Amino acid sequence: MELNARKEGDALVVSVKGRIDAITAPDFEKYLTEQADKSGKSLVVNMKELYYISSAGLRAVLGAAKKLKEKQGDMMLAEVQETVREVFEIAGFSTFLKIFDTEKSALEQI
Amino acid sequence: MLSQITLPARLENLRQCLEFITDYAEKQGFCPKRISQIELAAEEILVNVFNYAYPETEGEVKVIVGSERGSRMFIRFEDTGVGFDPLSAAAPDLNSDISERSIGGLGIFLARKFMDQIHYCREKDRNILTLVAEPKAESEISL
Repeated sequence: MELNARKEGDALVVSVKGRIDAITAPDFEKYLTEQADKSGKSLVVNMKELYYISSAGLRAVLGAAKKLKEKQGDMMLAEVQETVREVFEIAGFSTFLKIFDTEKSALEQI
Repeated sequence: MLSQITLPARLENLRQCLEFITDYAEKQGFCPKRISQIELAAEEILVNVFNYAYPETEGEVKVIVGSERGSRMFIRFEDTGVGFDPLSAAAPDLNSDISERSIGGLGIFLARKFMDQIHYCREKDRNILTLVAEPKAESEISL
C-alpha cells in the first residue's frame, strides 16, 4: 500500500494505492487520522489505484471518518474501482460516505 | 484435485494463505472480479481464526482448496482452536448514521454476500469452515 497527500484549496486529497487488508489497514487509519488532524476540514480519498479492501479497511475508513465528523469535517471518496465500490455499498457505507466518480466533482462539493 | 497448505495461525501469514487460494481460483479460470470476492471472503475467515482461535497458545490453520464437478470451488479452513461458530454472530448494523455506526460482524456479512455457500461445523477438536464459490461471470454479479 502506498499513501500520499496533497492540498487542493481548502481540502486535502489523500491517494491510496494497492490494497487495504488486515495487514495494511492500521497504517491506513493512522495516516488518514493524522491527515484529518492536520486538515480539520474536508478530506477527499482518491481510490483510483486501490484494488482491494476488506472489512479491516472499512473499519479504518469509518474510524477516520468519525474523527473528521467530530471536527465538523467531511470525508469523501473519489474514483473508486468497481470491486472496491461494491464492498462499500454492500457494507452500507454509501449511506454516510459520499462517493464521487471524479476527484474534481468531490472537490466541487466543498 | 485437492491442494492444501498449513501455516501458523498468525496475521503475518495472511498474504501467503490468500495467494494460495487466489492462485488456485485463477487456475480454475475464475474471473478477476470473482477472485477478488473470494479473496475478501477468505481474508475475513482467516483473520477471525488469527484473532480468536488461539487466545492462549500458538496454533495452525489448514487451508484446503478443491473444485467440485469441475466448476465451483470450495475452500475449507481448519483450526484446532477454541470452538466458535462465526456464522452465529449477529448481523451487522448497516443503517445507522456515522456517529452510531459500529463495525462488528461486517466481515462475516461480506463473506456471506459474496459466497454461494458458507458452512461451519465442529468436528472433535476442530473448527471447520467451508466457503463455496460458483465461477460467476462478471456480468452476473450484482448487489
